[in-house]
Amino acid sequence: MTILEEQLESHPEGQAHHDEPRGLYLWLTSTDHKIIGKNYMYTSLVFFIIAGAMAMLIRTQLFSPNNHFVSPQTYNELFTIHGSMMLYLFAGPFAFGGFANYILPLQIGAPDMAFPRLNALSYWLYVTGGITMLLGFFTASGAAAFGWVAYAPLSSATNSPGAGPDLWIVSIMLVGFSGIFTAVNLVTTTFYLRAPGMTMFRLPIFVWNMFVTGLLILIAFPVLTAALIMLYVDRHFGAHVFSVAGGGIPVLWQNLFWFFGHPEVYILALPFFGMVTEIVPVFSRKPVFGYKGLVFATLAIAGLSTGVWAHHMFTTGTVLLPFFSAMSLLIAVPTGIKIFTWIGTMWKGQVEFRSPMLFVVGFIFVFTMGGITGVLLAAPPIDFATHDTYFVVAHFHQVLFGTAVFAGFGGFYYWYPKMTGRMFRENLAKLHFWVTFIGFNVTFLPQYLLGLKGMPRRIAEYLPADHYTTLNRISTIGAYITGAAFIIWMANMWISWRKPIKASDNPWDGHTLEWATTSPPSHHNFEKLPPIRSQRPVWDMNHPEYADWANPDGHDSSQPEKVGER
Amino acid sequence: MRSKVSSEKSITEPNVKRSRFNIKGRNLAGLALAAVSLSACNLPTFGAFRGATTQGQNELHLWQGFIITAIFVGAITWGVLFYAVFKFRRRGSGNIPKQTHSNVKWELVYTIIPVLIVIGLFAATYVSEDQIDAVSSHPALRVTVVGFQWGWKFEYPGGVTLVPNGSIYPVLELPKGETTTIKLISNDVVHGFYIPAFNFSRYALPGVTNYFDFTPTTTGYFQGKCSQFCGLYHAEMLFNVRVVSPTQFNSWLSSQQKKVTA
Repeated sequence: MTILEEQLESHPEGQAHHDEPRGLYLWLTSTDHKIIGKNYMYTSLVFFIIAGAMAMLIRTQLFSPNNHFVSPQTYNELFTIHGSMMLYLFAGPFAFGGFANYILPLQIGAPDMAFPRLNALSYWLYVTGGITMLLGFFTASGAAAFGWVAYAPLSSATNSPGAGPDLWIVSIMLVGFSGIFTAVNLVTTTFYLRAPGMTMFRLPIFVWNMFVTGLLILIAFPVLTAALIMLYVDRHFGAHVFSVAGGGIPVLWQNLFWFFGHPEVYILALPFFGMVTEIVPVFSRKPVFGYKGLVFATLAIAGLSTGVWAHHMFTTGTVLLPFFSAMSLLIAVPTGIKIFTWIGTMWKGQVEFRSPMLFVVGFIFVFTMGGITGVLLAAPPIDFATHDTYFVVAHFHQVLFGTAVFAGFGGFYYWYPKMTGRMFRENLAKLHFWVTFIGFNVTFLPQYLLGLKGMPRRIAEYLPADHYTTLNRISTIGAYITGAAFIIWMANMWISWRKPIKASDNPWDGHTLEWATTSPPSHHNFEKLPPIRSQRPVWDMNHPEYADWANPDGHDSSQPEKVGER
Repeated sequence: MRSKVSSEKSITEPNVKRSRFNIKGRNLAGLALAAVSLSACNLPTFGAFRGATTQGQNELHLWQGFIITAIFVGAITWGVLFYAVFKFRRRGSGNIPKQTHSNVKWELVYTIIPVLIVIGLFAATYVSEDQIDAVSSHPALRVTVVGFQWGWKFEYPGGVTLVPNGSIYPVLELPKGETTTIKLISNDVVHGFYIPAFNFSRYALPGVTNYFDFTPTTTGYFQGKCSQFCGLYHAEMLFNVRVVSPTQFNSWLSSQQKKVTA
């Protein structure tokens, strides 16, 4: 079968763009989704390194009982900014600012995002917000020290005076608006800029997940931004939205915050689930198993995620426990479907353990455990016993580090050749994985036990009589190992930069449209597009004898073998 | 003895939140739980505390049920993952495998089985939570606990008030085998009233008054902590719990009350 590549009318061959600025000026002014995407990625990785360094300081403080490595005030600032940076400035922007910006238009065959200037504004709001947060450390009263959740009334002007907390509030507002604008862009782009033939049910799962993430951002982020405005008005203009003294309701903050905060967890997770669903099929040489089931699972997660927020508030005594417990237990089902879908994709495939796949399998391993301990926490009585302990800290690090770091670096290595036109050193990448994997588990598995032994989170010190010392020491050593892993990663990037090895256009035998263009793609992405007649246009082009378009809806009509049979 | 403690009730407030569920339902649930507890006694605690109150033991049994399910589900998932990873590893250049897109039968299996597990877990949670959250209308003792930055205040009947004294943490005295209703409040920020050995924590939340019961089953000393981050000295917001026999408790309370009147 011969497949003809379709010439794009809008970009006739041979027409170069001579008017483009170059160098630093290009980076500062560009509205190209690829440059903004890379800006986002580099910036978020810088924040990741800074916040990771803070984690090292936190773990050093907890190495010994009654330790005085840092003061309690500094400790409180460190975990507040560590959490805030990791969640607001790294995990989210890395995914929906970095990956989605770069990859989503390529995967749907679009020349750019729907609103390129809005996209640039998003990025600059994000950078400004990030710097604003860090500036808190240079104020007289220090940075915000009320945790990334900023519970009222601890975050009031009386309990947390000074400019540091104000900078934190403004910073999250800026980042919030940045996220909202990015979400508008992602949703609009997915709806309107799909190439001819790219129907909704031919979208790569990564695009589906980013689309649903965009919808979730539009549901959740405005609530946070509004709550922050109320908090700011409380602090500076004498309102009493969250203070009892003026007839306000402190627990309202928790409801508003978690109405943002729990969808936020899925805003952080879904993009990385999408990356995993891109990587597993390519390295198994099979299509995604149960594509439509996955899409509906993603939609189910998004729907349920707006009704589970009060599981963060089981111990407040103010929420209807059975409802939120049932919803929280139920959300495990679509999440479980995803895990089985990934395993089903590997089933009877040709699974190749290149570094992206290694990270992804590490992710599935870690995330399975984090997901299961999440089910435990969905039972209010179990939450009563473990709420605000290190059990919860271990749980959410398995989930969030699992997604943003294991799946995130899987995606990073997977698309690195496409984004830079260079290969990384495979051995160093594998070493990066194994050191991270060992370090991560040594850090967080002991924290489950610490939590069960009653160690509360966010305590700057503990007593020798608590018998937490040994487990904390193991955890701290694990943190240092994890930190060392990222030195390996930086070395790999440095070598790749100084001694480049050119990457081919399609080094992994990829399935989706980004592999149909050059590495890195040209200014308007595609000179030619392959025909899009299935979920895997590039696979169809490269493997016509196995093309999906015999079954364009993705159904396997013949089914001579059953996948999953064992 | 019970009458002695109960006679102090007039000093505390009469409005105790009633359990939302009727007695019959609770008895049935109790039966089901008794059956579970009989078999649960010999199970390991999987790292958790045994629970030094009836409420805490109830939680332990739910925990044991959940963690056994969790280990079972986790082992199957990891097992299938590892099988796939090792069995279907690409060796050599490898042929292109069969391009299977879906298999509705297996997709239904891995959707329906988790739904059934979740229904079972929810039923167990519902029963357990109802008992743990039940607040007695006739407790033997009522104590008001106030969380503040950074310490705890315990108010007993007869004007007995215990607060931190220098570096000495206050001790919450409780009678063994009797039900004590705790009224929990805070006047500054959110605190977490947490007794790990009781498998229980609850927020002390400004603007909200929380009630809950403890029925201690073991005498002895236990640690109490603040679990919810509350500012600079959150880590030092500790207290102790001492569970004693009802007789000892009454004599302790009497001596404290005499000190107040003296």
